Parts: sequence; C-alpha cells; structure tokens
Amino acid sequence: MIPPKINDQPEVLEAVVIRFVGDSGDGMQLTGTQFSDTSAMFGNDIATFPNYPSEIRAPQGSLYGVSGFQVHIGSIEISTPGDNVDLLVAMNPAGLKTNLKAVKPGHTIIVDTDAFTKKNLEKAQYESNPLEDNSLENYRVIEVAMTSLTKEALKGVNGLDNKTITRSKNMFALGMVYWMYDRSKQHTIDFFNKKFKSKPHIIEANTRVLNAGHNFANTLELIPNSYTISPAKMSPGTYRIIMGNTATAWGFLAAAEKSGLELFLGSYPITPATDILHELVKHKHFGVKAFQAEDEIAGIASSIGASFAGDLAITTTSGPGLALKGEALGLAMMVELPLVVVDVQRGGPSTGLPTKTEQSDLLQALYGRNGESPVIVLAASTPENCFDYAYMAAKLTIEHMTPVILLTDGYIANGSAPWKIKSVAEMPEIKNNKVTEVKDNWHPYDREEATLARNWPVPGTEGLEHRIGGLEKDRVTGNVSYVPENHEYMTHIRAEKIKRVQNYIPNIETEFAESGDLLVVGWGGTYGSLHSAVKQMNKEGNTKVGLAHFNYINPLPKNTEEVFNKFKKIIVCELNDGQFAKVLNINFNGFEFIQFNKIQGLPFGKQELIQKFNQLVK
Amino acid sequence: METTAEKKYTFKDFASNQEVRWCPGCDDYVVLRSMQKALPEMGVKKEDVVFISGIGCSSRFPYYMNTYGMHSIHGRAPGIASGVKLANPNLSVWVITGDGDAMAIGGNHFIHVLRRNIDLNIILFNNEIYGLTKGQFSPTSLVGQKTKSSPYGNTQPPFQPGELAIGAQARFFARIGGNNPKDMTKLFIEAEKFKGTSLIEVLQNCVIFNDGCFKNVTDKNVKADKQIYLEHGKPMIFGKENNKGLILNGLKLEVVTIGENGVTEKDILIHDAKEKDPTLHQMLVRLEYPVATGIIRSVDDVTLEERIDDLTAQVKANSNFRKTNDLFFAGETYEVK
Repeated sequence: MIPPKINDQPEVLEAVVIRFVGDSGDGMQLTGTQFSDTSAMFGNDIATFPNYPSEIRAPQGSLYGVSGFQVHIGSIEISTPGDNVDLLVAMNPAGLKTNLKAVKPGHTIIVDTDAFTKKNLEKAQYESNPLEDNSLENYRVIEVAMTSLTKEALKGVNGLDNKTITRSKNMFALGMVYWMYDRSKQHTIDFFNKKFKSKPHIIEANTRVLNAGHNFANTLELIPNSYTISPAKMSPGTYRIIMGNTATAWGFLAAAEKSGLELFLGSYPITPATDILHELVKHKHFGVKAFQAEDEIAGIASSIGASFAGDLAITTTSGPGLALKGEALGLAMMVELPLVVVDVQRGGPSTGLPTKTEQSDLLQALYGRNGESPVIVLAASTPENCFDYAYMAAKLTIEHMTPVILLTDGYIANGSAPWKIKSVAEMPEIKNNKVTEVKDNWHPYDREEATLARNWPVPGTEGLEHRIGGLEKDRVTGNVSYVPENHEYMTHIRAEKIKRVQNYIPNIETEFAESGDLLVVGWGGTYGSLHSAVKQMNKEGNTKVGLAHFNYINPLPKNTEEVFNKFKKIIVCELNDGQFAKVLNINFNGFEFIQFNKIQGLPFGKQELIQKFNQLVK
Repeated sequence: METTAEKKYTFKDFASNQEVRWCPGCDDYVVLRSMQKALPEMGVKKEDVVFISGIGCSSRFPYYMNTYGMHSIHGRAPGIASGVKLANPNLSVWVITGDGDAMAIGGNHFIHVLRRNIDLNIILFNNEIYGLTKGQFSPTSLVGQKTKSSPYGNTQPPFQPGELAIGAQARFFARIGGNNPKDMTKLFIEAEKFKGTSLIEVLQNCVIFNDGCFKNVTDKNVKADKQIYLEHGKPMIFGKENNKGLILNGLKLEVVTIGENGVTEKDILIHDAKEKDPTLHQMLVRLEYPVATGIIRSVDDVTLEERIDDLTAQVKANSNFRKTNDLFFAGETYEVK
C-alpha cells in the first residue's frame, strides 16, 4: 500500500472524478448529490452518474446490492461523469470489490475499516482481507474506522437509535471529502436544516458527523492526489443543478404555459421514467392534470382522450411500456392528434436491465406499430437539454398534429448537470390548430397547406361535432372509407406530414471539424462521451475528426447527407447493436457506416472511444 | 358540472348522416334510437356530448351519433373517456362497449374506471358472443354454449357483469332488455343525471350468432313473469298478475306468491337502490329467476373529478407558484458572472 498523501502538494488537474459506493441503504446517492451540488455552487462544471441496483434494499453487504454515485467536477467544461476514478469512497468490502477496477492506479481509496468484518468479507466473496493482503498495494488507501468515529461523535445526542447513528456515517465520509477538496459544508448544513426542520436532533446528529469527518481529515491533513480549485468558465447567468427527468418534466410545463394549453399526463410507474410522473404530480398549482392509470395502455389512452378534449397530453414510460402503448400510439397517429410519448430507455429486451442505460428502443420508436405508422422521433442528449427537447416535442406535436416520441435514457435521465435556467419568455412560440368558428364546408381532416397538419376541433365547440377513429378516413370528409386509392393516398399524406417536419427543425452541425478524415456519429444520451472523446483527440492534434450528434431522428435533418459527404470515414457509435446505423443505411446509399457498439448497460468510456477512433484515423 | 342547453333538440338532431350498418333486426338499433330520444330530454348541449367506443359491433355507435365521438381501440374506451372527462369535466361523456370489449380485452380498464367513479356513463351491450369476429364465445357466454371457438361447448364459466361491476365498487348499475326502448330511454336519462360512473347493461340479442340468447327473459310473452323491474322505494313485485314478490329467506332471495301461505304485500322487500352495502344488490344481479332489470344500484358518492378539484384548489391556495419561472428560479440557484 502506498501511504496516504500527507502535507504534500497535490497534482492540479482540470477535472477529478469521485465515486461514493456502499450498500443500497447507505445513503450514497444523497452523499454524491450533496458533493456535486456543493461543487456546482462553487462554480465547477459537473456531471453525475448514479448507479444503483434494482433491488430496493438488497441484502446488506452483498455484491449485487452495491449502490454508487459518481461525480465529475472540473474547472473546464465537463460533459460526462468520467471514466476512471481519482477518489473512491468505499463504505464496505462489496463496494470496494465491485469498484476497484475503475480506480486509477496510484490514486486514493477511503474505506470504512469497521465494515471490513469477517462476515462482510465473506459476503463480498473475499478470501482474505484486502486491507491486509497487499492486494491494494498500487493504491493510496486511507483506512478510517468511520462507524466507530460516527458513534463517538454522536455521544450525548439524545433521541437517536442505533440504526440512525450507523446510517449517518455517510456524512462522516462527506465531511472528509469536503475537507480534501476544500469545499464549504454550508450547503449541506442548510440542507439538513430544511429537510429535518421538525427533527432538531437529526439536524444536530448529521451536522456533528459532517463536522467530525471534516475535522478528522483536517487533523490528519489528508489531501487528495489530484485537486481542482478554480471554477469553470461558464456563460454568465442564473444556474441550478437539474436531473434529466426533472428537466423533461419542466420542458413540458414551459410548453404548456407558452401554448396556453393545460398539461395532462397519463402514466404508469416504470423505472427509470417514474421521476417525471413524480415531478409533474407536484405541480397542481399550474393546473397540471397528472393521472396515474391502471396500466401503460390506460396511461396513453387517457392522454389520447385528453388530447381529443384539447389538452397538451403526454405519457411517460420506458421500453416495455412503449411496447404496450404501441397500438394506442397507432390510434393517435391515425386520428392525427397531438401526443408526446417519452421513452426513458433502459437495458432491454424484456425486463432487461431496468436500472441500467441503453439506446435499444430506437427501432421500436420508429417502427414498433402495426401498419404504416410514422411518428416524429426526437432524442435528448444531456440532462439539461431534456428541457429543450421536451419543449420541442410539445411544440412539434401541437403544430404538426401527429404524435412525437421523445427518447431519453437512464443515463441522462438520472444524471444531473448545471442548467442555465431558461425562462418561458425566451422559448419559441407555439401555435395550435384549434378551430373555434364554423366555416362552410368544414371537415375535421382539413389540412394546413405547408405542414399538412389537420385542424383541431375540440368537444364543446358548437357546430364542429364530428367522429374520428382508428378506421381509415376519407381524405376529404374524414368519414370511414374503404376505398383502395383513398387508403394509399392517406398513407402517403401521413408520411409526407412527418417528412415536412424537416422544414421546421435545424440542420445538423458538426463539431470540431467541418470536414476531414473521420466523422463520429451519435444520437441521444451518448453526446457527453462522444463530445469529450473527440474534443480530446482534437486537442491532441487530430483536427480532422468531427462529431455529428443527432437529436432529430425522424425526420433526419435535411443536410444529413451533405455532412456525411464531407468525411472520408463515418463511425456510428451507439449503446445498442447498431440500430441508428441500420436507419442510416436505409436512408443513405453509398456510405460505409462503421459501427461501434456497446451493450453493457453502461455509457461509453472516453478512452475506449479514443482508442477506436485512433485506429480509424491512423 | 355540465351546463344546460337552452336549445330544444329532437331525436333527429342527434342522428349523423352516416348509414347505419348493423344487421337487420339487431337490438343495437333500439339502443341507438333510445339514445337519440333520451339526449334531448337530458338538457345537455349537443356540442358537449362525447361518445367513446372500443371495438366490436356496438362500438360503431359513435359514427351514427351527430355529436363528438371517437371509435377507438379494443377495450380502451374507458381510458380514453377518462382522459376526455378529466380534461374537460363540462362534457357529457359516454362509453360504448360490449361484453368482450369491456370484460375480456378491456377488463382491467373496466374495473378501474368503476373504482374511481369518474362521472362517465357506460353502456354495455351484452350479447354473450363475439359478433364482429363472427361468433366466438365471450366472457359472458354460458358454459356448454357452442360457438365457433367452442364447437363442443364452452368450458369457461361466465362473468355476471353486474356482479363484477359492483365488486369493483360500481355506484350505479342498471340492466335492461334490448327490446325495451321505453325503459331504456328512461334509464339513459337517469344515468346522465347520476354523478359518478353509471353502468347500464343492455341484454342485447345478436340475431346472427346468438339469436334468442335472452328470449326466455325478454320476449314480450314471458317478460312480466321472468323479469322484475326494480324501482327505488317500491316493493319487489313482478309477474303478469303482479302477485309474485321477493323476500329474504336467511341469506337467500326467495320468490313468493302474495296470497299464498299467508304471504302479504307487507312481507315483500322494498328496493333500496341507494343502500351503500352491496350485499342485496349483489344478490339481485345474480338472480336467475326473475332477472332483475331497472336501476339495481344507485349510491351517491364523491366523484374523482370532485376529489381532484378540491385537491387542486387546496394546492393552489397554499402555493406561491403561478408561473413556471416561479418554480425554475426557486430554491437552490446560483449565479455565474
């Protein structure tokens, strides 16, 4: 073992990665969130990545019950939660075992020695104690009896049971890390005061333990290997830390306010999408109607009903739920009503890896319905731009009168990042197609010439009584029609309507290089990884590598082929087995789309990307 | 919640210009006409009426009504109708469904919509068969019934719709023969008046695939003896001579004859549709002789919309958030200069 660094100069880095791991009941998510929020307020750019098991409280000490939270902080632009870890805080042997591989050799690990009991070592399937058998010789290990020190710190605080005492040891760890990175404790103390307002003894306990950890690190003069001091250069403004799912929910709130429509959410709980429901149910003060239905199908069905009645209707789900919603989504497309379906993708197929990330619902989103049933498909690419794409999804569905699927994923949905707050006033206008007065020869399927969007007659409007449904419609009257030519015509109209959305979305812009040797292509939640990899290559002199990252999937931006033509090679990187590459192959002839795929439930690492890209530009 | 119509409509105002395409002799025509007659009596504006249907013969119904309507997908009409009503509680929303649509593919939605008590009216066309797919057994087909998918006889025991509905906390349940437009019209009006989910089961003959399925109950010559038309507050008396009645014998309903064995009219049960305890209503819906028709259960309760409205008002009163900016800039924000 390398001794802990004491009273020495740390290496100053632009960014460091810290990971907190422990049992799923150890409060690692809270610890990580506190550290990242504090750092963001200090002025660092941050990116976070929670990684937790699907079991709510897996058996204590087990390998599969390890819950982790990784935060990447920097004085530079941070676009991913980072690959390798500079500091690991392991609250038990299982956490150490499952995360050791990620720690950079020579870097620091803090462990709670009290948790390294014979029983816990057995549970973590250690044959010998790693703290004693030299297996950690390449790391700087800081051994702290955190549980005993926490108990000691809480002597004399009344009204605490044993469980509460043990559970506050995460604050000891946080206190230590605050000292090591010279962060203020104040934000966390304020948090205690707010959260436990009615329980002063809990406030006192947590504050004491936090201070104890801080003082302990101070006394030992512990310092990290690597250190970052300066705030990042970010554009001026008011910021807050936002999680992807919250940003999605807020994007819809903003769209409802801007469009003047009431927001209706019909939903059924499913990981990792449920936080959007949790967020929107809070906002009854804005008139949000959030309806938890009996199943996924009733969730979308109620939204279709609300849309028919004139609301901005959305439904939220993940892959298995999107499969269940498929038939109803086809109905929404057929009756040409506005509806946004949010699919927070997770590892599939079937139940798959519910708490892990993947991008494998793309083809389901594009084609997963009976008949010819195209819909608009968008994908958000960062936690904070979930806000923008939720807003755009609402805008497009209302203005084009056709359903939109918004794809996010577990990685950006649960990840958080600084968000420069956008006010509704600065968002683009949203016009709706509602009709209020009866004109001669009016029909429910009358279309706007430019977009082909039909009009939106809403129940309650006198003189516009009409019937819609899943059966094919006559192109003029909207009545049921089995006429063969009419069906073909309507099929083409519905497809053309989606295609014309191209006229209302921005062109794809490449980053780092406008032309050159290699174009890295990605879509959705992989943006951070791809961006940081290509950025580093450019910094290292590979200036002919560009990045084209897609947020608009159907239709694709107009200039897509033009951009592809400017590069010698194209590599499509996805967290699936090549679904976007398939889509590109269908749409663009004469290109070789090299694939780089990862299907491990984890995001891309920067290094694995750079390694692959370097092979192609050699 | 609904606003009253100042206009006076006739049944013609509610007929759409679409040709009605049910089989000749189908009871669905009776339901359609009864509805078109009932609507002008309800005092609702035509533009506030919405019919939502699922899939099946009866689900073509909205196309024939000159109101707002949606012919949706199999089994999901309760979900869509719930969304319509929650989005605009001012509307009079009707669900048109059949035995397969409501109790097989849509069974989950059917029980949950009843549990929630949204102010919807559901008309369940029960013909104990799948018509549109040409004659398979349904969840209300009888054991032993020979159908296209049970050539040797159906082996699956049926649901009794009323029993399922009341089990799922239906506050309003009525039943009527498909050949009885007069009472059907009245029941539709009562269903609209009722605040909460109203369910009306129509015993509907399918002339093609299950002809005569209810003839032992609904035919003119047996109707008086085989049906009891229940009315709140009135004794449970039936029969051509109005001399048969229901009494409670232990935990069972029993048919007695007034004037025989010392039975007088005073011994006959009085129908209390408003009783919250569903026990007697459950016995009535399960009764095979006589078959109970009319309003069997009509229990006032808070609707889902009322609960939501109350809660929303409370939240609004206690919140300072009026615009999204109030939320976006609240709490932990920080400045970058």
